[in-house]
Amino acid sequence: MGAAFEESAPRSLPSLGRVRWGLGVVVPALIVVGWHLLVVTGVFPPYQLPKPLSVVETLYAMTLAGELTGHVAITVQRVVFGCLVGMSVAVVFGTLTGLSTLANDLLDPLFQSTKNVPSLAWVPLFLLWFGIGEPAKVLLIAVGAFFPVYLNLSTGIRDVDDDLREVADVYDLGRIETLRKVVLPGALPSLFVGIRSGVGLAWMFVVAAELIAASQGIGYLMNDGRVMSRPDLIVGAILLFALFGNLSDLGVKEVENYVVDW
Amino acid sequence: MSSTGEPAVSVDGLSKAYGDTVALRDIDLSVAEGEFLSVVGHSGCGKSTLLRVLAGLEADFDGGAAVDGVDVRGEHAGNVGMVFQEPRLLPWLSVRENIAVGLPDGTNPASEQAQARVDELVSRVGLDGFGDARPSELSGGMAQRVSLARGLAYDPTVMLLDEPFSALDALTKREQQEFLLDIWHDREITVVLVTHDIEEAVYLSDRVAVIGGQPGTVEEVVDVERERPRDRSAERLVDRRERIERALGL
Repeated sequence: MGAAFEESAPRSLPSLGRVRWGLGVVVPALIVVGWHLLVVTGVFPPYQLPKPLSVVETLYAMTLAGELTGHVAITVQRVVFGCLVGMSVAVVFGTLTGLSTLANDLLDPLFQSTKNVPSLAWVPLFLLWFGIGEPAKVLLIAVGAFFPVYLNLSTGIRDVDDDLREVADVYDLGRIETLRKVVLPGALPSLFVGIRSGVGLAWMFVVAAELIAASQGIGYLMNDGRVMSRPDLIVGAILLFALFGNLSDLGVKEVENYVVDW
Repeated sequence: MSSTGEPAVSVDGLSKAYGDTVALRDIDLSVAEGEFLSVVGHSGCGKSTLLRVLAGLEADFDGGAAVDGVDVRGEHAGNVGMVFQEPRLLPWLSVRENIAVGLPDGTNPASEQAQARVDELVSRVGLDGFGDARPSELSGGMAQRVSLARGLAYDPTVMLLDEPFSALDALTKREQQEFLLDIWHDREITVVLVTHDIEEAVYLSDRVAVIGGQPGTVEEVVDVERERPRDRSAERLVDRRERIERALGL
């Protein structure tokens, strides 16, 4: 008995929970190593693909020179303003169409069809209307952030459990109280689904905006890298987008966990 | 409030259809003030529909239905509390806030009076210490008691209950039945309980209305007895049970 126990005990694997977090890093790490090897052995010439380390060096040097902060700051600022504008408008229209069948019949077909216009299709029009200044970029990002929030909030409000609405009805809560206590909290989870994909789209649209008409920003760095044949700059900019995209998603998730706490 | 003798609930030639499907036909029923009436019937016989009409949740029906002499179709008509089959608590509100949802129109829930009333209800339904818990932290029986407390917060003259115990296990169910009797006894309210459990109906009520047929009509109204507390297995109750079963065609 004792021997059998001794034999089986050391075989048990280390608890999976502790390892799980680390597992996600394995494949990216292998890719970086493979990438390094491919460049060092000359499969890819350095003018097409830089060594991973030289990307880091480039970003580090630009940070030291105080150059990078400005680019990052302006891009983040555009995303934040774009999200604020687009999502505020989306909350207004989403609430309206969610609550009123008339508003929904009037407005929803319009929004449903405009959401299918590809992001880049707006660019020439916005450049023509607003020039190459900040408003054009912020508005383009706002368009991106608008749709997911609008769509999710509108259906979220309409899909609030009828059973709960009946409770409000039986106890004479009145329109305002029903909204405040039943409908809006009930739609909050959907709203956050919308915000998360809206923030994601905002990052997509900021690249579109900055690639085409910008003299600053992470997207501009990418374009600059292409013009000057600096692949390290392009890859560095991609990594920056990845980093900030992930950070903003985590941020929204944190807020969601705090607000939707039931 | 209402003069004695006037029924707390009166239903007069009530018919209700959903599209082409007639759910209830020519229902006549009256419940005296302070009476405990159960409505039994097969599932789908329209007994829940009857309750929904009384709660003012169905605007479109033929015939008359009144609570305290006021037509249920009126704007703020019917001083009724309703306990649904499921607790239907708002998951984002605490137990106390959920109970406060039931406070009568125009009560300021932040006022000391309202707070005291909610506290009293929390302990009346035996949930001391759970006032700040969220519904997700409660068991099924506890959640159903919050739902009952919410109904009581409304200070109704008539309490409507739609199979409130059907989802509970046998033990919890008995507890909740006793609890309902206590509340009914304490507050002198009129109770209309919809159930498919004949034993429950006979044990709890003064009278049992049997709804049968398709569309549903009142087949028979069975008087139980006035004597309380009752013994669940008393011969008279068994006899009543058999009579109801016959009326249901069992």
